[in-house]
Amino acid sequence: MSKAGMVIVGGGKAGARAAIAFRENGWEGPVTLISDEALLPYDRPPLSKAAITDDAEPEAVLLLDKDMIFSLKLTYIANAAATSVDREKQIVELSDGQHVPYQKLLLALGAEPRRLSLAGAERALMLRNHGDALKIRLAFVPGKTVAIIGGGFIGLELAASAAKRGCKVTVIEAQPRILMRGVPESIAIQVHDRHASFGTALVTSTAIDSITANEVVLSNGRRILAEIIVAGIGASPRIALAQQAGLLIDNGIACSAGMQTSDPDIYAAGDCCSFPHSVFGNARVRLEAWRSASDQAVVAVENMLGGSATCMAVPWFWSDQHDLTLQIAGLPHLGTATVNRPGKDGAFILCHLNADGRLVGASGIGQGNAIARDVRLLEMLIGKGAKPDHALLADGNAQLKALLKA
Amino acid sequence: MSQWIEVCSVDAIDEEDVMRFDHKGQTFAIYHSPDDKFYATDGLCTHEKVHLADGLVMDNIIECPKHNGRFDYRSGVAKGAPVCVNLKTYPVKVEADKVLIDTGA
Repeated sequence: MSKAGMVIVGGGKAGARAAIAFRENGWEGPVTLISDEALLPYDRPPLSKAAITDDAEPEAVLLLDKDMIFSLKLTYIANAAATSVDREKQIVELSDGQHVPYQKLLLALGAEPRRLSLAGAERALMLRNHGDALKIRLAFVPGKTVAIIGGGFIGLELAASAAKRGCKVTVIEAQPRILMRGVPESIAIQVHDRHASFGTALVTSTAIDSITANEVVLSNGRRILAEIIVAGIGASPRIALAQQAGLLIDNGIACSAGMQTSDPDIYAAGDCCSFPHSVFGNARVRLEAWRSASDQAVVAVENMLGGSATCMAVPWFWSDQHDLTLQIAGLPHLGTATVNRPGKDGAFILCHLNADGRLVGASGIGQGNAIARDVRLLEMLIGKGAKPDHALLADGNAQLKALLKA
Repeated sequence: MSQWIEVCSVDAIDEEDVMRFDHKGQTFAIYHSPDDKFYATDGLCTHEKVHLADGLVMDNIIECPKHNGRFDYRSGVAKGAPVCVNLKTYPVKVEADKVLIDTGA
């Protein structure tokens, strides 16, 4: 048996970032990264977009290639799921029978797409990994009828990709509007209109009764022709391994602000876990976001090596749909007041402030990266606990950078 | 071979800011540093080909608007994940209140 070192379970963004972070922090001992996928660790954001719309068959965008794995002296175990953790002996057991001893363990397990539970659900494709994206890409043949179940970010990105491939797309959302949880209504309306302008039909406030061989049957009896069906109805944290190990669960694997689980030798990062966020009064958050996964991994690694870091990075998220980019920073739902900051060419950012006047979130929409810079500055202001003047925020020409330096 | 191209007047870019400049199918990012100097790099991030001019300049760092990859725009050096490939830089000079860059071709 090899010498116990640092072990990471999960080959997504958090896991790959953690592997690099061990070396950045000067750890010279063994680092083992375990993935249940066949590929080297790769980036998931392109899966709903470029991987489907690019003319050429897409290759996975690697987060760690062979050269990096070699130069970072990582042990990469592919195609193996961690089936159990023996916390007493500090061993991870894998589906291929291997036993991997650990000194400290990082769980970066990600989230699992929620499954439809209705008649015909097996016909619905889902998107989690590169293989899923290839399947969806092949299914999105020009002229085919496509139903996307779920008007959240993944569903809408897939709807945009399907439309770009020349499919006839219908999005079906049970809530009264798309992006109900994701963004304020004025932003959702813009997104809705943009999808509609590309010929996509959007059906809201409508549940689904069943799926037949060529249709989606709605609860109101309406039938929507759909040769291809993709479900994007949210994700659940992957907690089975942590449950088996007897770790505390609270909306995902429960972590401290330093990303430590209820076992001091086990940490977690990314979509699979929750932690109290000190910037927001220690509200417990679980974030399904690319950059947050990375931020959490870096903090976890520092602490696994004896540090005392706290995850204070302000949550940040983006979504690309057609020519629009949405960016969300902070926790908009904590806001009680909203200030609209207009940008160029119809772009705008909603600044969310709480009852104390503190900036707690920013939700922006615009073409290309029109809102990127201001959202970034607002994110920094959120991190500082700033209480910016409403009039200044509302003046699109007023420099946010000056506020930051004030 | 040197090929000096006029980009803009010196007051077209605020201090600690960046501007996009396209020339003959190539795109550049032109920076005005807080200590009143000008710099030029390739216009696209080495990570996913995003226009850096939409990003944020803080001191001598340009941050990509998409994934927050950071570079020192004076040297082009990538400052860590997710970017690991340095940006190409170009010589810059100021003459008669105009900013010029040497595209080398």
